[in-house]
Amino acid sequence: MVQGNGKETVIEVRNLVVGFGDHVVLDHVDLDVYRGEILGFVGGSGAGKSVLMRTIIGLLPKREGSIKVLGVDLAQASDAERQAIERRWGVLFQQGALFSSLTVRENLQFPIREYLDLSPQLLDEMATAKLEMVGLDASVLGKVPSELSGGMTKRVALARALALDPEIVFLDEPTSGLDPIGAGDFDSLIATLQRTLGLTVFMVTHDLDSLHTVCDRIAVLADHKVIATGTMDAMLASTHSWLRSYFHGKRSRAIQPQVANP
Amino acid sequence: MGNQLLETTADGEVLRLAGNGSWVAENAPALEAEILAITDRTDDIKRADIEMAQVRQLDTFGAWLLERLTRGLSARGCETKVTGLKDDYRALVDEVHGVKPVPSVSYRGVHPVAESLASVGKGVASVGETLVAILNMLGALSVALLRVIARPRSFRFASMVHQLDKVGWRAVPIIVLITFLIGCIIAQQGIFHFRKFGADTYVVDMVGILVLRELGVLIVTIMVAGRSGSAYTAELGSMKMREEIDALRTMGFDPVEVLILPRIVALLIAVPILTFLGSMAALYGGALVCWLYGGIDPDIYVQRLKEAISLDTFKVGMIKAPFMALVIGVVACVEGLAVKGSSESLGLQTTASVVESIFLVIVLDGCFAIFFASIGM
Repeated sequence: MVQGNGKETVIEVRNLVVGFGDHVVLDHVDLDVYRGEILGFVGGSGAGKSVLMRTIIGLLPKREGSIKVLGVDLAQASDAERQAIERRWGVLFQQGALFSSLTVRENLQFPIREYLDLSPQLLDEMATAKLEMVGLDASVLGKVPSELSGGMTKRVALARALALDPEIVFLDEPTSGLDPIGAGDFDSLIATLQRTLGLTVFMVTHDLDSLHTVCDRIAVLADHKVIATGTMDAMLASTHSWLRSYFHGKRSRAIQPQVANP
Repeated sequence: MGNQLLETTADGEVLRLAGNGSWVAENAPALEAEILAITDRTDDIKRADIEMAQVRQLDTFGAWLLERLTRGLSARGCETKVTGLKDDYRALVDEVHGVKPVPSVSYRGVHPVAESLASVGKGVASVGETLVAILNMLGALSVALLRVIARPRSFRFASMVHQLDKVGWRAVPIIVLITFLIGCIIAQQGIFHFRKFGADTYVVDMVGILVLRELGVLIVTIMVAGRSGSAYTAELGSMKMREEIDALRTMGFDPVEVLILPRIVALLIAVPILTFLGSMAALYGGALVCWLYGGIDPDIYVQRLKEAISLDTFKVGMIKAPFMALVIGVVACVEGLAVKGSSESLGLQTTASVVESIFLVIVLDGCFAIFFASIGM
């Protein structure tokens, strides 16, 4: 569990192979996520970032290899152990995946009701508290998901992911579809929540700004493998051709003018 | 009480509270009860000191309950101080400090009689709305049809053929099977009861007239409403939910022309054919039972059938088929377009589509019966 560098590993992926039919998406992938960090996970579109995330949380079957989350190998865990682990993580899906027939209040209270037996007053207060944490207020409680804007949907979905105070949060492209101001706000929100709640964040993203501002470490998926992990500076210094074109492409110049024009 | 989460010692006008153990989600119900007990105390307290150093774990639930405790005490004019809070938890406590008091939601029950009356009223009003929507759809369809007649090349022929395959060709096996069985059952029951009067051969008259005039078309349209009407509603409804219909509109296409007209034309073609096939299967089933169970030779069956039914009997059944198809198609499309954002509404409208189209098909059948009787067909 504890690595040589003294950090506790909360997600440990070893030799993971995932494929569909004869198409191998992930070929012997290794990845570690340490407690309390924000890991940005990047890769080309269709490279299998979401596939890795969905395999870790158990939505896709793996062919080979092992995945340990919080020290438990989910493939070997009993149903009770699995459920205990699932209660300790929260997932923000790309489209929010709010339950469309429930109101925001019911969406937020759904996981809490399932695991805990709280008074109606405390349930309502917790729903409001979670909403305020993600920068919304009690006025959206009575709305249904179809009445929310894209940014609000993401915030409510994040609030729902945080409903049970998880230790790990999986975010699938949290800032996609948001305007730059909204995306920036969302980034700082994630950073704030990570600090206050002591979260470990696994974030699949394409947003170079997010990577630069909030991520402690970056892992890069290319050619069906994790080809590099490290800080933003390490990524920028890398000579790998894919990394160079990703981090030094046209769209990155605004962030790293000193690197783009050495 | 060693496992208390909050230890209380009253010291004159000063209340000393000492937090203990894990203030996390699992313990929230117990902690809430202890906090309620404190905030509900009636004795006169001027100051409360809350010592948090012994709290091992704190999450949002614990932080909020601490906040509620301090608010509850402050509201009674009591000076509150929190000490010993670990630095790690400071940010969390500050975070929930700003949470505004929840507007209390009233789950006030409505009077059951009033509620049931209101739902009857809403039901009646919605019948009116559905009728208007059906008329609207008929109008939009006519406009689309006229446009297509003016420019035949704009008709979505490929889409129509695709729908025809789904609602017509693929429906043949199940419809033939069901009408065959219905034919068998009618013949069996007829023979069983007519035998008492020695009128066995009149079974053929009954099967022929019943199947060709009424049952063939009714069974087929009820099957089509359940099988294809529901599919239309669900398809159009999920397209509506995912803004695909809005996308079509912004590209300058008329959704009625692109999506609905081909579907309804396919039904208009498929239902009469299915009715014909269904009626034949039912007659065949009747013949089989008459032969094996009633001892009526197939030759005699055909002979009786020729005498019992006229071309009019057949026409009455077939004339009804396209009208029924139109009703099913229009109701299915109207309900599909009425779907709102949620998955629940998709289910609701699909149910409504099937129930309404079966109901309207039967009402229409009754109207036709009166009409044909009065013109002597």
